[in-house]
Amino acid sequence: MATAVSKIGPLSFETDPGKYRHWKLTFDGPVATLGMDVQEDGGLSPDYKLKLNSYDLGVDIELNDALQRIRFEHPETHTVVITSLRERIFCAGANIFMLRGSTHAWKVNFCKFTNETRCSMEDSSAHSGIKFLAALNGICAGGGYELALACDEIVLVDDSNSAVSLPETALLAVLPGTGGLTRVVDKRKVRRDLADIFGTLAEGVKGKRAVEWRLVDAVYPLSKFKDAVKERALKMAQSSDRPTSGPGVTLTPLNAQVAESGSVEYSSVSLTVDRAKRTATIIVRAPQAAVESSVDAIMAAGAEFWPLRVFRELEDVILRLRTNEPEVGTVVLKAEGDPALVMQADEVLLANKDHWFVRETIHFIKRTLKRVDLTARSFFAIIEPGNAFAGTLFELALAADRSYMLNDDDQANRIQLSPVNAGLYPMSNDITRLQARFYGEPAKVGEVLAHDGAFDPTEADEAGLVTSAPDSIDWDDEVRMAIETRATLSPDALTGMEANLRFVGPETMETRIFGRLTAWQNWIFQRPNAVGPKGALTSYGTSDRAEFDFGRT
Amino acid sequence: MISAEKIPNNVDLHMNKRLQRALEHWQPAYIQWWKDMGPQGFQHYHQVYVRTAISVDSAGWAHFEYVKLPEYRWGIFLADPVVNRTIGFGDFYGQPVWQEVPGEFRNQLRRLIVTQGDTEPASVEQQRWLGHRCPSLYDLRNLFQVNVEEGRHLWAMVYLLHSYFGRDGRDEAEDLLARQSGNRDKPRILDAFNEPIDTWLDFFMFTMFTDRDGKSQLLSLSESSLDPLSRTTRFMLTEEAHHMFVGETGITRIVKRTAELMRSEEIGFSGDVRKLGGIDLDMIQRHINLWFSLSLDLHGNEISTNAAAYFSNGLKGRAEEDKWSEHRVIEDIYKLEAVENGEVKKIDVPMRNAMNEVLRDWYVDDCLGGIGRWNKVLEDHGLSDRLKLPDRKFNRGIGQYADVHFTPDGSYLTKEEWARRKHEWLPTPADKIYLLSIMNTPIYEPGKFANYIAPPTRGVKGRPIDFEYVRTEM
Repeated sequence: MATAVSKIGPLSFETDPGKYRHWKLTFDGPVATLGMDVQEDGGLSPDYKLKLNSYDLGVDIELNDALQRIRFEHPETHTVVITSLRERIFCAGANIFMLRGSTHAWKVNFCKFTNETRCSMEDSSAHSGIKFLAALNGICAGGGYELALACDEIVLVDDSNSAVSLPETALLAVLPGTGGLTRVVDKRKVRRDLADIFGTLAEGVKGKRAVEWRLVDAVYPLSKFKDAVKERALKMAQSSDRPTSGPGVTLTPLNAQVAESGSVEYSSVSLTVDRAKRTATIIVRAPQAAVESSVDAIMAAGAEFWPLRVFRELEDVILRLRTNEPEVGTVVLKAEGDPALVMQADEVLLANKDHWFVRETIHFIKRTLKRVDLTARSFFAIIEPGNAFAGTLFELALAADRSYMLNDDDQANRIQLSPVNAGLYPMSNDITRLQARFYGEPAKVGEVLAHDGAFDPTEADEAGLVTSAPDSIDWDDEVRMAIETRATLSPDALTGMEANLRFVGPETMETRIFGRLTAWQNWIFQRPNAVGPKGALTSYGTSDRAEFDFGRT
Repeated sequence: MISAEKIPNNVDLHMNKRLQRALEHWQPAYIQWWKDMGPQGFQHYHQVYVRTAISVDSAGWAHFEYVKLPEYRWGIFLADPVVNRTIGFGDFYGQPVWQEVPGEFRNQLRRLIVTQGDTEPASVEQQRWLGHRCPSLYDLRNLFQVNVEEGRHLWAMVYLLHSYFGRDGRDEAEDLLARQSGNRDKPRILDAFNEPIDTWLDFFMFTMFTDRDGKSQLLSLSESSLDPLSRTTRFMLTEEAHHMFVGETGITRIVKRTAELMRSEEIGFSGDVRKLGGIDLDMIQRHINLWFSLSLDLHGNEISTNAAAYFSNGLKGRAEEDKWSEHRVIEDIYKLEAVENGEVKKIDVPMRNAMNEVLRDWYVDDCLGGIGRWNKVLEDHGLSDRLKLPDRKFNRGIGQYADVHFTPDGSYLTKEEWARRKHEWLPTPADKIYLLSIMNTPIYEPGKFANYIAPPTRGVKGRPIDFEYVRTEM
């Protein structure tokens, strides 16, 4: 299969509105408008043209950036209108030629990132007082409709031409995998038999029927569309508890130092890549000094406020790792520095959790930790003397598939929980990492949270907070063996295994998107009916006809 | 209410319950649409000498009578079936044609039919004010003949939607009456059909160039594996030919009059025919440039996945498919003129993906004949001026030439040069003002013609030129 990816080179996920090519972000009182105007020649690869507002990862990186900036830089924004700047076309969805030219891994990571971005919109709506209104001013297909589905409300222009559709199954033999199928029934509660029709109807549903089926909330003729959108947006803004005016916090550049080897250095995070061994090490560093504790000082620190800075860097490094280092299968997680300063930062977060900026920071940390949960790499936390695995940073150890803690009588080595571990950062399944860890022993959650002070290795081991606590004689060998053995196993099987083990217990819409929908999609993405020489994705847009193997499983 | 007497047809309407039921709702809505959006001011008191198709044989086709426009008998006709017809192109080449719509292609076919169908009422809407500026009763009749037949073409497409596309088809048929040319809320599907046609020069250009695109499309649809679509469009082609006759001869008569005025002693050697109320050749050329380029756009993108799918699936073929030697078109390559950084070069495109361009080639050829006949008029008047088709890269809004600019000769232009010079080649607001000024007074007197246009060489159906082709009710 062609690899458009190979030509793209290491990708950065950082951008800013001054660099946007595909979106225009404008502000008017409590309403921000994100206008989509995808540049045909602005794709990440020259192999495809982004026609009809279709998108690739580059377009979505800008969207993600805009959404983050609205949250942090524009506290006065209470509603975001997502619309298109093109006439008669809202968005044609993910670019098919991009998908066809992409490796399997690229497709998976593209879908994962776009899914995370859409979930972040729902996170804004649920927790940040920012509502989303999809103003569909034209044809809205596939990923375009999935973007709309991530909004709180959807309005569609009624011109007897513009329709919403999920044509993936009918046209490409794949799924609307960016939450489309899930949100249609789960969020918009479209009846399943109607959703079945909708999901196989390439040209979609328009006008009155789209409203009757709950695919959209309302339709308006073009002449009334702008006013109706404005009115709805202002009404949606009224429920917000965000400030009515700024200042916001500018998300300053991360200044990542990227080496040829793939290693990346930030102020509080380091990534070291060993491509030969297919492993990487991420080191997260505790603050150097106590973090700002008053609201004024926190606001003055802005993007330099350590909890925000360190997780922005961690997010960036995870995204880079996913995209740029496909063969690095095992990631060692380390936290370094003074755990007392992490505990102090946690106190600050909890004490000010209702302040809009601190709230945003907490939710940003939560989302970044979710990204770790959803990353298809093996994570091993290595806990050594001098570690800073406390409170918020201990969530990383909890997110890891395994954790190893050195038990050496000669050197103190401790981990510590803080009240943040009790519920500030729920996983996609809406339970905490401690609850997930002790799914079979729910009482333990309370016990470990009630523990007085830090855990030494023996206590941590007994409490079940670490996987293993070898002594100094066994340590080097055990850790080395664990990492080396891991690197020999099938990456596919590991991905599947980890995704199953990480998420125990309840299902949420998010887990259904990342579990059921994504897993089926990734299966279909490998099947000849989609990507084989005669598959529908392969033959779409060529003169060849798709030929299916009609055997059902 | 729905009867064969009111609705001439050869589709056994009297036995077809499904079609009757669908038409019971649609037919009154259609008449209402015609009254609201059809020729304005000629609905109640005027009788028009038009032909009505009452059967597909030549006699039934040449039936002329005076009718009030809303009482025109719009009918449903399919060309006679071809016995044992097989699919003529694409992946199913050689298999029997389909009498029913295959589920797999239902949506694609519906889209094709709706897009084609949408243009038919759209043109009626675009032309609905022209009657008030007509150059003669003869031309007024021609306008209405074109209008009622475009209306019948809508019926033809609606017949297919009603008969083969179930409830969705009925909804689409309703939408064909709901969209309106130039209506901001419910515009017609193709942009070119949302601009009014308010001068007769534009009307003749439209029927010459845009209706010829209709002919290209109908020719390619008449190759379709869906036999009812093929038969419907084959019959429509016979009507379409008359529309192009109206356009081509209309321009011929304007050119003739212009040539006469140019030779007139009154204006001497200046050749400024506007002094005598004529339309100068430069203005005619600018309108050719506009309408030809707009109509080229209607053929779609040069490289098109839809076009490839339509061809492979046997839904839409090439014009006159049987003149091609190879009908599956699997290996064939089309050499396409592509633009890269302002440079035009030939690139190889799989021919299936270039089907729109293949049809455009046919179209350009077909247009050349008319241009030749116009130039013959100039030659006959001893004039050395000639009209011509602009390069196909000129003034394009769709496809790969859409964002680059070229002169009518095909030379590359920068954006700035284009902005500065485009009015040399395209109609200007001043042209419009002038044309409206000479068309302001309609000519309703039999046998009289506006000063900018020559009379036709003969009347309609053997009637004299001064026949009262449109009369007010006795």
